[in-house]
Amino acid sequence: MMCDSCHERDAVVHLTTIENNAVHQLHLCERCAAERGVETTVATPKHPLADFLHQQVVATATDSSSCTFCNATMADFRATGRWGCARCYTNFEAGIRELLRRVHGNHRHVGRAYLPPMSESLEQASVLGELRDRLRRAIETEQFELAADLRDRIRVME
Amino acid sequence: MTVDLSLLPDGGVGWLDASGRHSDIVLSTRIRFARNVEGYAFTGRARDGERLRVLSQVREAVATVPSLREAVMYRLDELPPTSRALLHERHLVSKELAGLDAQHPLRSGAAVFLADGLGVMVNEEDHLRLQALRSGFALQEAFAAIDKLDRDLGARLPYSYHSEFGFLTACPTNVGTGMRGSVLIHLPGLVLTKEIGKVLASLQQMGLTYRGLYGEGSEVVGNFFQISNQTTLGRSEEELLDQLLRVVGHVVEREVEARRVLLRDAGYIIEDKLWRAYGTLRYARSLTFDEAMNYLSGVRLAVGLKLISTLSVYTLNKLLIFSQAAHLAFAEGRALTESETNLARARYVRRALEEEAGSVG
Repeated sequence: MMCDSCHERDAVVHLTTIENNAVHQLHLCERCAAERGVETTVATPKHPLADFLHQQVVATATDSSSCTFCNATMADFRATGRWGCARCYTNFEAGIRELLRRVHGNHRHVGRAYLPPMSESLEQASVLGELRDRLRRAIETEQFELAADLRDRIRVME
Repeated sequence: MTVDLSLLPDGGVGWLDASGRHSDIVLSTRIRFARNVEGYAFTGRARDGERLRVLSQVREAVATVPSLREAVMYRLDELPPTSRALLHERHLVSKELAGLDAQHPLRSGAAVFLADGLGVMVNEEDHLRLQALRSGFALQEAFAAIDKLDRDLGARLPYSYHSEFGFLTACPTNVGTGMRGSVLIHLPGLVLTKEIGKVLASLQQMGLTYRGLYGEGSEVVGNFFQISNQTTLGRSEEELLDQLLRVVGHVVEREVEARRVLLRDAGYIIEDKLWRAYGTLRYARSLTFDEAMNYLSGVRLAVGLKLISTLSVYTLNKLLIFSQAAHLAFAEGRALTESETNLARARYVRRALEEEAGSVG
Protein backbone atom coordinates (compact mmCIF):
# COMPACT_ATOMS: atom_id res chain seq x y z
CA MET A 1 0.00 0.00 0.00
CA MET A 2 1.33 3.41 -1.01
CA CYS A 3 1.49 6.43 1.21
CA ASP A 4 -1.64 8.61 0.87
CA SER A 5 0.47 11.73 1.15
CA CYS A 6 3.58 11.34 -1.05
CA HIS A 7 2.37 8.35 -3.11
CA GLU A 8 6.01 7.28 -3.34
CA ARG A 9 6.85 5.15 -0.36
CA ASP A 10 5.10 2.21 1.30
CA ALA A 11 2.60 3.15 3.96
CA VAL A 12 3.64 1.82 7.34
CA VAL A 13 1.47 3.96 9.59
CA HIS A 14 -2.27 3.42 9.51
CA LEU A 15 -3.95 6.30 11.24
CA THR A 16 -7.59 6.16 12.18
CA THR A 17 -9.19 9.45 13.20
CA ILE A 18 -12.73 10.28 14.16
CA GLU A 19 -13.97 13.71 13.19
CA ASN A 20 -17.59 14.76 13.45
CA ASN A 21 -18.60 11.16 14.01
CA ALA A 22 -16.99 10.10 10.72
CA VAL A 23 -14.12 7.66 10.67
CA HIS A 24 -11.16 8.63 8.48
CA GLN A 25 -8.35 6.29 7.64
CA LEU A 26 -5.00 7.60 6.52
CA HIS A 27 -2.12 5.42 5.37
CA LEU A 28 1.26 7.11 5.61
CA CYS A 29 4.90 6.33 5.11
CA GLU A 30 7.18 6.88 8.07
CA ARG A 31 8.52 10.22 6.81
CA CYS A 32 5.13 11.75 6.01
CA ALA A 33 3.77 10.50 9.32
CA ALA A 34 6.63 12.18 11.12
CA GLU A 35 5.99 15.42 9.23
CA ARG A 36 2.42 15.37 10.49
CA GLY A 37 3.63 14.86 14.01
CA VAL A 38 2.55 11.23 14.30
CA GLU A 39 4.87 9.31 16.57
CA THR A 40 5.97 6.19 14.74
CA THR A 41 8.65 4.80 16.93
CA VAL A 42 7.98 4.03 20.52
CA ALA A 43 11.05 4.68 22.60
CA THR A 44 11.93 1.38 24.21
CA PRO A 45 13.74 1.65 27.50
CA LYS A 46 16.97 -0.27 27.86
CA HIS A 47 15.58 -1.80 30.97
CA PRO A 48 11.83 -2.16 31.46
CA LEU A 49 12.09 -1.98 35.23
CA ALA A 50 14.12 1.20 35.03
CA ASP A 51 11.52 2.80 32.83
CA PHE A 52 8.85 1.78 35.26
CA LEU A 53 10.91 3.14 38.09
CA HIS A 54 11.47 6.36 36.24
CA GLN A 55 7.73 6.94 36.18
CA GLN A 56 7.62 6.41 39.91
CA VAL A 57 10.67 8.27 41.00
CA VAL A 58 10.83 11.09 38.54
CA ALA A 59 8.28 13.02 40.57
CA THR A 60 10.50 13.11 43.60
CA ALA A 61 14.04 13.06 42.30
CA THR A 62 15.43 14.95 39.41
CA ASP A 63 18.17 13.68 37.15
CA SER A 64 20.61 16.14 38.59
CA SER A 65 20.48 14.79 42.13
CA SER A 66 23.11 12.16 42.71
CA CYS A 67 23.96 9.70 45.45
CA THR A 68 26.29 11.16 48.06
CA PHE A 69 28.31 7.96 48.27
CA CYS A 70 28.62 6.60 44.72
CA ASN A 71 27.52 9.62 42.67
CA ALA A 72 24.97 7.51 40.78
CA THR A 73 22.09 9.47 39.32
CA MET A 74 18.59 8.54 38.26
CA ALA A 75 19.88 8.50 34.68
CA ASP A 76 22.35 5.77 35.69
CA PHE A 77 19.54 3.82 37.23
CA ARG A 78 17.43 4.15 34.12
CA ALA A 79 20.27 2.86 31.97
CA THR A 80 21.03 -0.18 34.10
CA GLY A 81 18.04 -0.91 36.32
CA ARG A 82 20.48 -1.23 39.22
CA TRP A 83 21.28 1.03 42.17
CA GLY A 84 24.89 2.11 42.58
CA CYS A 85 25.28 1.41 46.29
CA ALA A 86 23.45 0.85 49.55
CA ARG A 87 23.23 4.58 50.21
CA CYS A 88 21.20 5.13 47.03
CA TYR A 89 18.32 3.60 49.00
CA THR A 90 18.49 6.49 51.47
CA ASN A 91 19.22 9.17 48.90
CA PHE A 92 16.31 8.26 46.66
CA GLU A 93 14.20 6.98 49.54
CA ALA A 94 10.80 8.50 48.81
CA GLY A 95 10.70 7.28 45.23
CA ILE A 96 12.06 3.89 46.19
CA ARG A 97 9.32 3.37 48.73
CA GLU A 98 6.67 3.81 46.05
CA LEU A 99 8.61 1.63 43.61
CA LEU A 100 8.93 -1.20 46.13
CA ARG A 101 5.23 -1.03 46.85
CA ARG A 102 4.57 -1.55 43.15
CA VAL A 103 7.15 -4.31 42.68
CA HIS A 104 6.58 -6.28 45.88
CA GLY A 105 3.16 -5.05 47.01
CA ASN A 106 4.91 -3.80 50.12
CA HIS A 107 7.83 -1.64 51.15
CA ARG A 108 8.48 -2.93 54.63
CA HIS A 109 10.89 -5.75 55.38
CA VAL A 110 9.36 -8.22 57.80
CA GLY A 111 11.96 -10.93 57.47
CA ARG A 112 15.00 -11.52 59.59
CA ALA A 113 16.42 -8.44 61.27
CA TYR A 114 20.15 -7.94 61.10
CA LEU A 115 22.74 -6.26 63.24
CA PRO A 116 26.14 -5.85 61.66
CA PRO A 117 29.11 -7.13 63.61
CA MET A 118 31.04 -4.43 65.44
CA SER A 119 34.64 -5.26 65.94
CA GLU A 120 37.61 -2.98 66.15
CA SER A 121 38.79 -3.84 62.68
CA LEU A 122 35.33 -3.35 61.23
CA GLU A 123 34.92 -0.03 62.96
CA GLN A 124 38.27 0.97 61.58
CA ALA A 125 37.19 -0.19 58.12
CA SER A 126 34.05 1.90 58.28
CA VAL A 127 35.94 4.95 59.53
CA LEU A 128 38.48 4.45 56.76
CA GLY A 129 35.68 4.16 54.20
CA GLU A 130 34.16 7.38 55.49
CA LEU A 131 37.54 9.16 55.39
CA ARG A 132 38.21 7.98 51.84
CA ASP A 133 34.78 9.15 50.87
CA ARG A 134 35.45 12.59 52.38
CA LEU A 135 38.84 12.69 50.68
CA ARG A 136 37.28 12.03 47.30
CA ARG A 137 34.76 14.80 47.83
CA ALA A 138 37.45 17.18 49.06
CA ILE A 139 39.45 16.57 45.88
CA GLU A 140 36.39 16.97 43.72
CA THR A 141 35.59 20.30 45.35
CA GLU A 142 39.26 21.35 45.22
CA GLN A 143 39.64 21.71 49.01
CA PHE A 144 43.25 20.65 48.85
CA GLU A 145 44.24 21.53 52.40
CA LEU A 146 41.45 19.40 53.76
CA ALA A 147 42.37 16.66 51.30
CA ALA A 148 45.99 16.64 52.48
CA ASP A 149 44.84 16.44 56.09
CA LEU A 150 42.47 13.56 55.30
CA ARG A 151 45.17 11.74 53.37
CA ASP A 152 47.49 11.94 56.38
CA ARG A 153 44.81 10.56 58.67
CA ILE A 154 44.14 7.68 56.26
CA ARG A 155 47.88 6.90 56.09
CA VAL A 156 48.11 6.71 59.85
CA MET A 157 45.17 4.30 60.04
CA GLU A 158 46.43 2.10 57.20
CA MET B 1 45.08 -22.04 33.70
CA THR B 2 42.10 -24.38 33.57
CA VAL B 3 39.61 -25.25 36.21
CA ASP B 4 40.40 -28.31 38.31
CA LEU B 5 37.02 -29.69 39.25
CA SER B 6 38.58 -32.66 40.99
CA LEU B 7 39.24 -30.28 43.88
CA LEU B 8 35.54 -30.50 44.64
CA PRO B 9 34.73 -33.70 46.53
CA ASP B 10 31.62 -34.37 44.44
CA GLY B 11 32.62 -32.38 41.37
CA GLY B 12 30.12 -29.83 42.61
CA VAL B 13 27.28 -31.96 41.33
CA GLY B 14 26.26 -33.84 44.47
CA TRP B 15 22.81 -32.38 43.91
CA LEU B 16 22.43 -34.66 40.87
CA ASP B 17 22.49 -37.84 42.88
CA ALA B 18 18.69 -38.20 42.88
CA SER B 19 18.64 -38.91 46.60
CA GLY B 20 16.08 -36.25 47.49
CA ARG B 21 12.32 -36.48 47.73
CA HIS B 22 10.34 -36.75 44.44
CA SER B 23 13.64 -36.81 42.59
CA ASP B 24 12.08 -38.28 39.44
CA ILE B 25 10.01 -35.08 39.15
CA VAL B 26 12.03 -32.51 41.09
CA LEU B 27 15.68 -32.46 40.03
CA SER B 28 16.99 -30.02 42.54
CA THR B 29 16.18 -27.32 45.05
CA ARG B 30 18.18 -24.14 45.30
CA ILE B 31 17.92 -21.20 47.67
CA ARG B 32 19.98 -18.11 47.23
CA PHE B 33 20.45 -15.01 49.39
CA ALA B 34 21.63 -11.74 47.84
CA ARG B 35 23.87 -9.73 50.18
CA ASN B 36 26.18 -6.74 49.89
CA VAL B 37 29.14 -5.74 51.98
CA GLU B 38 28.84 -2.34 53.65
CA GLY B 39 31.28 0.37 52.63
CA TYR B 40 31.59 -0.32 48.90
CA ALA B 41 29.60 0.61 45.82
CA PHE B 42 27.61 -2.33 44.44
CA THR B 43 29.52 -4.55 42.03
CA GLY B 44 28.27 -2.94 38.82
CA ARG B 45 29.39 0.51 39.94
CA ALA B 46 32.46 -0.45 41.94
CA ARG B 47 35.94 0.11 40.57
CA ASP B 48 38.28 -2.85 40.01
CA GLY B 49 40.15 -2.09 43.24
CA GLU B 50 36.95 -2.03 45.29
CA ARG B 51 35.84 -5.38 43.91
CA LEU B 52 39.21 -6.89 44.75
CA ARG B 53 38.95 -5.49 48.28
CA VAL B 54 35.49 -7.01 48.61
CA LEU B 55 36.94 -10.34 47.51
CA SER B 56 39.80 -10.24 49.99
CA GLN B 57 37.45 -9.24 52.83
CA VAL B 58 35.08 -12.09 51.94
CA ARG B 59 37.99 -14.51 51.65
CA GLU B 60 39.15 -13.65 55.14
CA ALA B 61 35.65 -14.13 56.55
CA VAL B 62 35.03 -17.39 54.67
CA ALA B 63 38.19 -18.91 56.15
CA THR B 64 36.59 -18.96 59.61
CA VAL B 65 33.07 -20.06 58.64
CA PRO B 66 32.66 -23.71 59.70
CA SER B 67 30.53 -24.83 56.75
CA LEU B 68 33.04 -23.32 54.32
CA ARG B 69 36.21 -24.58 55.96
CA GLU B 70 36.75 -27.10 53.15
CA ALA B 71 35.55 -24.72 50.45
CA VAL B 72 37.46 -24.41 47.19
CA MET B 73 37.79 -20.97 45.64
CA TYR B 74 37.83 -20.40 41.91
CA ARG B 75 38.81 -17.00 40.57
CA LEU B 76 36.57 -16.65 37.53
CA ASP B 77 38.59 -13.64 36.44
CA GLU B 78 41.63 -15.89 36.02
CA LEU B 79 39.95 -18.73 34.17
CA PRO B 80 39.58 -19.15 30.40
CA PRO B 81 36.05 -19.03 28.92
CA THR B 82 35.82 -22.83 28.54
CA SER B 83 36.42 -23.38 32.26
CA ARG B 84 33.97 -20.68 33.20
CA ALA B 85 31.38 -22.27 30.92
CA LEU B 86 32.01 -25.60 32.65
CA LEU B 87 31.20 -24.11 36.06
CA HIS B 88 28.12 -22.44 34.62
CA GLU B 89 26.87 -25.67 33.04
CA ARG B 90 27.15 -27.31 36.46
CA HIS B 91 24.88 -24.59 37.85
CA LEU B 92 27.66 -23.54 40.23
CA VAL B 93 27.99 -19.98 38.94
CA SER B 94 25.61 -17.68 37.11
CA LYS B 95 26.08 -16.64 33.52
CA GLU B 96 26.76 -13.10 34.70
CA LEU B 97 29.52 -14.11 37.13
CA ALA B 98 31.09 -16.35 34.49
CA GLY B 99 31.22 -13.37 32.13
CA LEU B 100 29.38 -15.36 29.47
CA ASP B 101 26.57 -12.87 29.21
CA ALA B 102 27.10 -10.32 26.43
CA GLN B 103 25.68 -7.58 28.64
CA HIS B 104 28.02 -8.34 31.54
CA PRO B 105 31.67 -8.82 30.62
CA LEU B 106 33.88 -10.70 33.05
CA ARG B 107 34.69 -8.57 36.11
CA SER B 108 37.90 -8.45 38.05
CA GLY B 109 37.36 -9.99 41.46
CA ALA B 110 34.68 -12.40 40.19
CA ALA B 111 35.07 -15.57 42.25
CA VAL B 112 33.16 -18.45 43.77
CA PHE B 113 33.66 -20.48 46.94
CA LEU B 114 32.26 -23.99 46.70
CA ALA B 115 31.72 -26.50 49.45
CA ASP B 116 29.42 -29.48 49.82
CA GLY B 117 26.05 -28.22 48.53
CA LEU B 118 26.96 -24.62 49.34
CA GLY B 119 28.31 -21.80 47.24
CA VAL B 120 29.24 -18.17 47.64
CA MET B 121 29.52 -16.12 44.46
CA VAL B 122 31.53 -12.94 44.93
CA ASN B 123 31.09 -9.84 42.79
CA GLU B 124 28.04 -11.07 41.02
CA GLU B 125 25.34 -8.41 40.56
CA ASP B 126 25.52 -8.18 44.35
CA HIS B 127 28.77 -8.57 46.28
CA LEU B 128 27.55 -11.88 47.62
CA ARG B 129 25.20 -14.48 46.30
CA LEU B 130 25.01 -17.30 48.81
CA GLN B 131 23.42 -20.48 47.59
CA ALA B 132 22.45 -23.87 48.87
CA LEU B 133 21.74 -26.68 46.42
CA ARG B 134 20.05 -29.96 47.26
CA SER B 135 18.91 -33.00 45.34
CA GLY B 136 15.14 -33.40 44.85
CA PHE B 137 12.45 -31.43 46.65
CA ALA B 138 14.27 -30.23 49.77
CA LEU B 139 13.37 -26.63 50.53
CA GLN B 140 13.63 -26.90 54.30
CA GLU B 141 16.99 -28.62 54.23
CA ALA B 142 18.37 -26.09 51.76
CA PHE B 143 17.00 -23.23 53.87
CA ALA B 144 18.53 -24.57 57.07
CA ALA B 145 21.93 -24.78 55.36
CA ILE B 146 21.86 -21.33 53.79
CA ASP B 147 20.41 -19.64 56.87
CA LYS B 148 23.28 -20.99 58.94
CA LEU B 149 25.83 -19.92 56.34
CA ASP B 150 24.25 -16.46 56.15
CA ARG B 151 24.32 -15.97 59.92
CA ASP B 152 27.92 -17.13 60.12
CA LEU B 153 29.07 -14.90 57.30
CA GLY B 154 26.96 -11.94 58.44
CA ALA B 155 28.61 -12.12 61.85
CA ARG B 156 32.01 -11.68 60.20
CA LEU B 157 31.14 -9.24 57.42
CA PRO B 158 28.96 -6.14 57.74
CA TYR B 159 26.06 -6.56 55.31
CA SER B 160 24.24 -3.57 53.84
CA TYR B 161 20.95 -3.50 55.71
CA HIS B 162 18.18 -0.94 56.12
CA SER B 163 15.67 -1.16 58.96
CA GLU B 164 12.73 -0.50 56.64
CA PHE B 165 13.85 -2.09 53.36
CA GLY B 166 15.83 -5.03 54.74
CA PHE B 167 18.91 -6.41 52.99
CA LEU B 168 19.87 -3.95 50.26
CA THR B 169 20.54 -5.23 46.76
CA ALA B 170 21.56 -3.73 43.44
CA CYS B 171 18.25 -4.64 41.83
CA PRO B 172 15.11 -3.51 43.65
CA THR B 173 13.44 -6.84 42.85
CA ASN B 174 15.73 -8.63 45.32
CA VAL B 175 15.61 -6.23 48.26
CA GLY B 176 14.18 -7.28 51.65
CA THR B 177 14.99 -10.88 52.41
CA GLY B 178 17.19 -11.11 49.31
CA MET B 179 15.92 -14.67 49.17
CA ARG B 180 15.02 -16.58 46.05
CA GLY B 181 13.99 -20.17 46.52
CA SER B 182 13.69 -22.21 43.35
CA VAL B 183 12.80 -25.72 42.45
CA LEU B 184 13.88 -27.31 39.17
CA ILE B 185 10.95 -29.46 38.16
CA HIS B 186 10.17 -31.74 35.22
CA LEU B 187 6.56 -31.43 34.07
CA PRO B 188 6.06 -33.47 30.89
CA GLY B 189 2.71 -34.84 32.11
CA LEU B 190 1.22 -31.40 32.49
CA VAL B 191 2.66 -30.33 29.12
CA LEU B 192 1.30 -33.39 27.29
CA THR B 193 -2.16 -33.06 28.87
CA LYS B 194 -2.04 -29.33 28.04
CA GLU B 195 -2.69 -28.46 31.68
CA ILE B 196 0.56 -26.58 31.98
CA GLY B 197 -0.87 -23.19 30.92
CA LYS B 198 -3.34 -23.22 33.80
CA VAL B 199 -0.72 -24.32 36.27
CA LEU B 200 1.74 -21.60 35.22
CA ALA B 201 -0.98 -18.94 35.30
CA SER B 202 -1.96 -19.97 38.83
CA LEU B 203 1.68 -19.74 39.93
CA GLN B 204 1.67 -16.07 39.12
CA GLN B 205 -1.46 -15.51 41.16
CA MET B 206 0.30 -17.13 44.09
CA GLY B 207 3.27 -14.74 43.92
CA LEU B 208 5.51 -17.28 42.22
CA THR B 209 7.15 -17.25 38.82
CA TYR B 210 8.84 -19.72 36.48
CA ARG B 211 11.90 -19.73 34.27
CA GLY B 212 13.88 -22.14 32.12
CA LEU B 213 16.67 -24.50 33.08
CA TYR B 214 19.28 -21.80 33.58
CA GLY B 215 17.21 -19.30 35.50
CA GLU B 216 16.45 -15.76 34.51
CA GLY B 217 16.13 -15.13 30.81
CA SER B 218 16.53 -18.78 29.82
CA GLU B 219 13.99 -20.64 27.75
CA VAL B 220 12.05 -23.66 28.79
CA VAL B 221 13.51 -26.76 27.14
CA GLY B 222 12.84 -30.42 27.77
CA ASN B 223 9.81 -29.57 29.95
CA PHE B 224 12.06 -28.39 32.76
CA PHE B 225 10.78 -25.43 34.75
CA GLN B 226 12.34 -23.48 37.58
CA ILE B 227 9.62 -22.33 39.94
CA SER B 228 10.60 -19.57 42.35
CA ASN B 229 9.21 -16.82 44.55
CA GLN B 230 8.57 -13.58 42.71
CA THR B 231 8.74 -11.12 45.58
CA THR B 232 11.35 -10.80 48.31
CA LEU B 233 9.93 -7.98 50.42
CA GLY B 234 6.97 -7.76 52.80
CA ARG B 235 7.04 -11.42 53.76
CA SER B 236 9.36 -13.28 56.05
CA GLU B 237 11.76 -15.94 54.82
CA GLU B 238 9.56 -18.60 56.44
CA GLU B 239 6.41 -17.30 54.76
CA LEU B 240 8.10 -17.24 51.36
CA LEU B 241 9.42 -20.73 51.91
CA ASP B 242 6.08 -22.03 53.11
CA GLN B 243 4.27 -20.63 50.09
CA LEU B 244 6.79 -22.22 47.71
CA LEU B 245 6.60 -25.50 49.58
CA ARG B 246 2.82 -25.65 49.41
CA VAL B 247 2.49 -24.58 45.78
CA VAL B 248 5.29 -26.78 44.44
CA GLY B 249 3.88 -29.69 46.45
CA HIS B 250 0.58 -29.08 44.71
CA VAL B 251 2.26 -28.89 41.28
CA VAL B 252 3.98 -32.24 41.97
CA GLU B 253 0.57 -33.76 42.79
CA ARG B 254 -0.90 -32.35 39.58
CA GLU B 255 2.00 -33.78 37.59
CA VAL B 256 1.54 -37.23 39.15
CA GLU B 257 -2.16 -37.08 38.35
CA ALA B 258 -1.48 -35.96 34.74
CA ARG B 259 0.89 -38.88 34.28
CA ARG B 260 -1.76 -41.28 35.60
CA VAL B 261 -4.34 -39.86 33.17
CA LEU B 262 -1.89 -40.13 30.27
CA LEU B 263 -1.22 -43.79 30.96
CA ARG B 264 -4.91 -44.54 31.44
CA ASP B 265 -6.25 -42.69 28.39
CA ALA B 266 -3.39 -42.92 25.92
CA GLY B 267 -1.19 -45.65 27.27
CA TYR B 268 0.09 -47.17 24.05
CA ILE B 269 0.57 -43.77 22.33
CA ILE B 270 2.66 -42.53 25.24
CA GLU B 271 4.57 -45.77 25.49
CA ASP B 272 5.41 -45.64 21.79
CA LYS B 273 6.44 -41.99 21.97
CA LEU B 274 8.74 -42.55 24.93
CA TRP B 275 10.40 -45.65 23.51
CA ARG B 276 11.01 -43.74 20.29
CA ALA B 277 12.75 -41.04 22.36
CA TYR B 278 14.87 -43.74 23.98
CA GLY B 279 15.63 -45.30 20.59
CA THR B 280 16.78 -41.98 19.18
CA LEU B 281 19.10 -41.29 22.11
CA ARG B 282 20.44 -44.83 21.96
CA TYR B 283 21.25 -44.80 18.25
CA ALA B 284 21.43 -41.22 16.96
CA ARG B 285 24.80 -40.09 15.57
CA SER B 286 24.24 -36.36 15.98
CA LEU B 287 22.13 -34.55 18.55
CA THR B 288 21.56 -30.84 19.09
CA PHE B 289 21.21 -29.62 22.67
CA ASP B 290 17.47 -29.02 22.31
CA GLU B 291 16.94 -32.43 20.72
CA ALA B 292 18.85 -34.16 23.47
CA MET B 293 16.91 -32.27 26.13
CA ASN B 294 13.57 -33.16 24.60
CA TYR B 295 14.37 -36.86 24.17
CA LEU B 296 15.87 -37.00 27.65
CA SER B 297 12.62 -35.50 28.89
CA GLY B 298 10.75 -38.38 27.24
CA VAL B 299 13.07 -41.01 28.68
CA ARG B 300 12.85 -39.42 32.10
CA LEU B 301 9.07 -39.65 31.91
CA ALA B 302 9.36 -43.29 30.85
CA VAL B 303 11.54 -43.99 33.89
CA GLY B 304 9.06 -42.14 36.13
CA LEU B 305 6.21 -44.22 34.71
CA LYS B 306 8.28 -47.37 35.26
CA LEU B 307 8.15 -48.22 31.56
CA ILE B 308 11.95 -48.36 31.62
CA SER B 309 13.12 -49.88 34.83
CA THR B 310 16.86 -50.35 34.48
CA LEU B 311 17.80 -46.75 33.88
CA SER B 312 18.46 -44.64 36.95
CA VAL B 313 17.37 -41.06 37.52
CA TYR B 314 20.97 -40.34 38.50
CA THR B 315 22.21 -41.35 35.04
CA LEU B 316 19.58 -39.12 33.44
CA ASN B 317 20.60 -36.22 35.65
CA LYS B 318 24.25 -36.70 34.74
CA LEU B 319 23.33 -36.81 31.06
CA LEU B 320 21.63 -33.42 31.37
CA ILE B 321 24.81 -31.84 32.68
CA PHE B 322 27.55 -33.76 30.89
CA SER B 323 25.99 -33.56 27.42
CA GLN B 324 26.33 -29.78 27.35
CA ALA B 325 28.79 -28.11 24.99
CA ALA B 326 31.51 -27.09 27.46
CA HIS B 327 31.47 -30.50 29.16
CA LEU B 328 31.79 -32.28 25.81
CA ALA B 329 34.70 -30.04 24.81
CA PHE B 330 36.30 -30.67 28.21
CA ALA B 331 35.93 -34.45 27.79
CA GLU B 332 37.37 -34.32 24.26
CA GLY B 333 40.17 -32.09 25.47
CA ARG B 334 39.76 -29.49 22.74
CA ALA B 335 37.41 -26.85 21.38
CA LEU B 336 34.63 -28.28 19.22
CA THR B 337 32.69 -26.78 16.34
CA GLU B 338 28.91 -26.92 16.56
CA SER B 339 28.64 -30.02 14.36
CA GLU B 340 31.47 -31.72 16.26
CA THR B 341 29.63 -30.92 19.49
CA ASN B 342 26.47 -32.56 18.15
CA LEU B 343 28.43 -35.67 17.16
CA ALA B 344 30.22 -35.79 20.52
CA ARG B 345 26.90 -35.37 22.34
CA ALA B 346 25.27 -38.27 20.48
CA ARG B 347 28.34 -40.42 21.17
CA TYR B 348 28.36 -39.55 24.88
CA VAL B 349 24.63 -40.22 25.34
CA ARG B 350 24.84 -43.46 23.36
CA ARG B 351 27.67 -44.80 25.51
CA ALA B 352 26.03 -43.82 28.77
CA LEU B 353 22.81 -45.57 27.77
CA GLU B 354 24.69 -48.63 26.50
CA GLU B 355 26.43 -48.96 29.84
CA GLU B 356 23.12 -49.04 31.67
CA ALA B 357 21.18 -50.90 28.98
CA GLY B 358 21.24 -54.38 30.54
CA SER B 359 17.78 -55.76 30.08
CA VAL B 360 16.14 -52.57 28.83
CA GLY B 361 13.33 -53.30 26.38
